[in-house]
Amino acid sequence: MSKGEKPQKGLNKDAHLVRDLFARAKVKQLPTRDGYGEGLVLAGKHDEKIVVICADLTESTRSLGFKNAFPDRFVQMGVSEQSMASIAAGMAMAGKVPFISSYAAFSPGRNWEQIRTCIALNQTNVKIAGAHAGVSVGPDGATHQMIEDIAIMRVMPNMRVMVPCDSIESKKATVAAAFTEGPCYLRFAREKTPVFTTDKTPFKLGRAETFRHGTDATIIAAGPVLYEALCAAEALSKHGIEVRVINMHTVKPLDVKAVVIAAKETGCLVTIEEAQAAGGLGGAVSEALSAFSPVPLERMGMQDRFGESGEPTDLMEAFGLTSRYVEMAVKRAMCRKNGERVPEIPEYKTAAEEQLARLQKQIMEEALARTPKRWGGKKPDNSLKSRA
Amino acid sequence: MPDLTIGPKVRHPLHLHDKKLKELEAVAMRIREDVIDMLVEAGSGHSAGPLGMADIFAALYFHVMEHDPKDPDWEDRDRLILSNGHTCPVRYAAMAEAGYFPKKYLMTLRKLGSPLQGHPERTKLPGVETTSGPLGSGSSQAVGLAYAALLDKKPWRVYCMMSDGELDAGQTWEAMLFAGRNKLYNCTFIIDRNNIQIDGNTESIMPLEPLPEKFAAFGLHVERCAGNSIPDIIRAIERAHSITEQPTVIIADTIPGYGVPYMEYDFAWHGKPPKAGEESRGAIEALRTLGGRIMSEHE
Repeated sequence: MSKGEKPQKGLNKDAHLVRDLFARAKVKQLPTRDGYGEGLVLAGKHDEKIVVICADLTESTRSLGFKNAFPDRFVQMGVSEQSMASIAAGMAMAGKVPFISSYAAFSPGRNWEQIRTCIALNQTNVKIAGAHAGVSVGPDGATHQMIEDIAIMRVMPNMRVMVPCDSIESKKATVAAAFTEGPCYLRFAREKTPVFTTDKTPFKLGRAETFRHGTDATIIAAGPVLYEALCAAEALSKHGIEVRVINMHTVKPLDVKAVVIAAKETGCLVTIEEAQAAGGLGGAVSEALSAFSPVPLERMGMQDRFGESGEPTDLMEAFGLTSRYVEMAVKRAMCRKNGERVPEIPEYKTAAEEQLARLQKQIMEEALARTPKRWGGKKPDNSLKSRA
Repeated sequence: MPDLTIGPKVRHPLHLHDKKLKELEAVAMRIREDVIDMLVEAGSGHSAGPLGMADIFAALYFHVMEHDPKDPDWEDRDRLILSNGHTCPVRYAAMAEAGYFPKKYLMTLRKLGSPLQGHPERTKLPGVETTSGPLGSGSSQAVGLAYAALLDKKPWRVYCMMSDGELDAGQTWEAMLFAGRNKLYNCTFIIDRNNIQIDGNTESIMPLEPLPEKFAAFGLHVERCAGNSIPDIIRAIERAHSITEQPTVIIADTIPGYGVPYMEYDFAWHGKPPKAGEESRGAIEALRTLGGRIMSEHE
């Protein structure tokens, strides 16, 4: 490799990812919402115009740290997300920098129009933080698993959309939002996920980061599923397939240049997000490709369906959001690039549907097999977890 | 505006005999135990609300409502909308007790593939009526149902269970404006007034009182009852049935976590189940005497 030439494969050392990246058990796990809480306190120290408004979810959105540090600048809204968005706009017009905090299903899910008119159209300096986004919310079920937020926020003019991949990046994104004038949506998750970036990992709003070099295909990911993308790329590398992995933490404004360069240099792409595969990151990337450099693209995410109750790890597996499905999608994209025939319905989608059915059956059978006598089963009542 | 004055009839008297009362109280006890068993099996979910609402659900499903567990889609059934969907374990337990589905499915709450979703879903379990969880939209759906029933002069009534915390949501009051304007007397809202929400007590998060005056100003007839007293709940519903010019709201003062002393009145128990073991065994033990309110027969 001559000087100045881009490396062809392997992790990007300049990304400063954690050591032992692929030793899953060794990588620290924290929810991305933790980084939001830390970022709020950090930004709050530097700018006393920052206020945090919360709709009855102070602890779980991690607004609590800010409340404790700056009680005078914390505002309790109660369960009033629509009003919260407009009240924040009012405060912003009076010079404050409000962060509104709730679950993504309610904000921006419920208050989308208030955000559209009072924040985006108005160009008020309000930051919207949607916690508990994605299916990994788990047992709460479809009502609380917000998977349309990236799409509905991305289509809004004047809005920036950031989907951080771990708690450290969440902190950086929160601080960046605080010191960037204008409306901004930040997406966070409930569950613990690998913390694989470091304080040294570069982060700039609107700029994609290459986490792994490769020339055979590119995976573009946003959010904690980026870790699955890296694992898939590592596994494929053992089979001689070198995949570029791009962290697209800012879905809007999209780093179109990075997408187009990836298309030209690797010839096929895969996007993955813990959200509807339509309209969000996948939508943004396909729009960029169709305008500048059409190449085969596989969009991974929720395939036009709602989530359901279940354990987060099972749901990620059942909805095709883990590394083994990413591998399938990369192989399919490469087949298409090479002009080979592929099944009409993507293999990763079919495999996930089968896995969902299998897991549902297995988990239901296991639960029902433990039915106690009082509920018509054969097991003694004190075999119930509550009575043991 | 269509003539909405001829509508539902009360199809059976609600007079409560002692024997029936004892039955209903026993049902409420079973519902409470089932709620704890279900929540601990699930490992997550909401405790305080469901325990506090068990008496209301026993009254509705086993005395008040016209419904057929074997035919959940029966056209003339009374509709029960659960607007505060997070309290669904109490609805699931009551539905199982009534025979909507075998009790064994209580084992599957919140698990992958279960009809008993973490928040209830209309398309997953017959009899659930509507999907809920995000707060505030149940009352609007209830008034939609009630309006349509009056348009078609249908005999059925609508009952809408709501939490007090969700009265923070503006949509609730939009629904009340509509209900009052249209004199939806076939619609009864029942508010689980337990004074708690996730972040604290309702009166410190976003004060709601004076609640009766608020509802009255929106054109509703207001009843207040002891929400853990079945005779008082039924008395309030009887009054609601006798009002033909206004929708009724019943403010049911309940004790969150009713029956488990360490949960009662404590907002920390809004959104979590007891831990399996000493904590859950203690809860079930306490429920049998309703936290010591019922003396043993041997005393």
